[in-house]
Amino acid sequence: MTIVSLTMNLLVTSIAGATPLIYAATGELMVQRSGVVNVGIEGIMLMGAFIATVTTYFTHSPILGVFAAAFSGLILACLLAILTLKIGADQVVIGVVINLFSLGLTGTLYRILFSNKSAITHQLPMLFHSLPVMSLFTIPCVILVWWIMQHTRIGLEIKACGEQPDAADAAGINVILTRTLTLLFAGMLAGISGAYLSVGYTDTFAPAMTAGRGFIALAIVTAGRWNPWGCLAAALIFGFTDSLQFEGQALGLDSHYRSVLHTLHLYGIAGELNLTRLPYQLFLALPYVVTLLLLIGSSRKVAAPANLGRVWRRN
Amino acid sequence: MKLAADSPATLPLTPEAKAAEKYNIVKNIVRGIVPLITYPLFSILLMAITLLIFRFNPLKVMPVIWDGAFGGGDIGHINAISETIVKATPLILTGLSIVVAWRAGLFSIGGEGQLLMGALTATAISHLLKWMSSSLVIPLMIVGATAAGALWGGIAGWLRIHRNVQEVISTIMLNYVALYLVGVAVEGPLQEASKNGPYSSLLPNSLLFAHLLPISMTNGIQTRLHGGVLIAVLAVPIIALYLNFTRQGFALKLVGSNIRAANVAHYNVDAIRMRAMLLSGGLCGLAGVVQLMGVSSRLSLEFSPGWGYNAIPVALMGGLTPLGTLLSALFFGALNAGSSNAERMINTPSVIINVVQAVAVMLIVSLRAWKRRASEGNAE
Repeated sequence: MTIVSLTMNLLVTSIAGATPLIYAATGELMVQRSGVVNVGIEGIMLMGAFIATVTTYFTHSPILGVFAAAFSGLILACLLAILTLKIGADQVVIGVVINLFSLGLTGTLYRILFSNKSAITHQLPMLFHSLPVMSLFTIPCVILVWWIMQHTRIGLEIKACGEQPDAADAAGINVILTRTLTLLFAGMLAGISGAYLSVGYTDTFAPAMTAGRGFIALAIVTAGRWNPWGCLAAALIFGFTDSLQFEGQALGLDSHYRSVLHTLHLYGIAGELNLTRLPYQLFLALPYVVTLLLLIGSSRKVAAPANLGRVWRRN
Repeated sequence: MKLAADSPATLPLTPEAKAAEKYNIVKNIVRGIVPLITYPLFSILLMAITLLIFRFNPLKVMPVIWDGAFGGGDIGHINAISETIVKATPLILTGLSIVVAWRAGLFSIGGEGQLLMGALTATAISHLLKWMSSSLVIPLMIVGATAAGALWGGIAGWLRIHRNVQEVISTIMLNYVALYLVGVAVEGPLQEASKNGPYSSLLPNSLLFAHLLPISMTNGIQTRLHGGVLIAVLAVPIIALYLNFTRQGFALKLVGSNIRAANVAHYNVDAIRMRAMLLSGGLCGLAGVVQLMGVSSRLSLEFSPGWGYNAIPVALMGGLTPLGTLLSALFFGALNAGSSNAERMINTPSVIINVVQAVAVMLIVSLRAWKRRASEGNAE
């Protein structure tokens, strides 16, 4: 394999890995700027992935699947908005519970619907070098969110709700409504992000297939310092670490590992420990380790929205 | 409001205050008993509705679930109840872990990773110390697993205190890291000798917990009720005493319920949070070794079916109290044992109880928030 095609593959798989994170993180960014933490993003993604597969299975149209996933995201976000903004339950607790709810519901439905048949469906087309078509819409998505937040009155109102809800309220902004609409928009994006996993990039659903990507999206918002372009950069870093597990073999890391063992005279010990091959699970763990490292590097200095995660009530 | 209920009454009380306190105690007892009756009834109703939605006949399925949980039909009562307790055991320990962390205001979701690290460490110790007498290895395994769980919780605690990393995110990341470390171990150094599958070799019998019930008591069928159950049951009063009757427990709850008051009173908030994460992680590590030595007896990638995550609905349903968690773990243990029976006997997928669990906990959390808001509204 030539260097050029190897680099090309790495680039494309990085973008493919970053795509769901970009959708989910840009939505979450707006939610957090409005002063709400949506920890349920993982559950919304999982539900979106499942709904997309089911819809595609019955209609044979992955595009309809994506729309259905967006709608399911809207519904779950609506639930979250009612429980946290209307009733005033703790945002983190409700988010965690929504994740468990999704995990249980999709797992059960999957077992019941696809117990004796394959859940493989049509999927969205791939472009050159098998770049998923949904990846093309990530840049417009980032630009849209950046434009809304920086150059529109709506963006200003969202930020006001996150920084000074009382002042925003006094200025005539409906804080609860603004936060709710932002949550709904982000819910749709998270649903689309989930659909990407099941019909955009692959052709089937698997239980718990989001594998923590919703939480990585949360980390990306912090690491990207609540800025859409920062989030894009952070998402690409994760996409890259994600791609290493697919491209690791092509990069010849296994033989490098063995030659290092030989030069250090550790081959015997490695054989004793049953570790003569580079454990591939280390690559699988890499995105999570990188998330932690990036959070360590970025969490302390940045200023989060002043009222992030607090329950706000009109006096 | 929480503050007043938690602080020990040290001031001399007037007769009216004494009467009011008595009234409060009665009210608290009633408040404790009502959920005992309503929650299970409500969950059973929810179960029936869920079964109906998925087109199973509740009148056919629910008796099978009951048999699996409490005996009846072909299943002996003692056998079924043993199975319920066995299924509840890991949930008791992981549920207590959630209670400790969440009461300190730390929304840890790291039970799964801490449990796996505990099981991994215990397996490693048993492999390394094959030459040692098992009466020495067993305590080392238990202590090692608890320490490993505490370490995994402590990492999240350290990140929160010194790097301001939200524990909700860091604990999830640590869960996946732990899962893949287990993967490296069971396909590497800890893989069984024939190298057939991704699991470690079975622990020798001398390293397993003893069966508590003799076969003669249980219709000739060996129950899985093991000595580790006692550890879990013993942990409940210990954590209850710790939270309710020690200075450290009081400080922990204060940090969770009113961080401003804790700061004003010059509590060392960082140390209290760290302690909570260490204790919380330790309990999950303990759950890991209990499960390893009591039931699974080997480490594999499928070691935990989600005990660390299911601990959250268990603890929330138990009102984030140790006793409530014990009862709710037993309830979910019964649901687990019962639904496994239903899956075996009439092919009803046992995952269905995850839906019941999720919906139930969502409703309970919203109901509590609703009530709190209503009472705040009245106060104004």
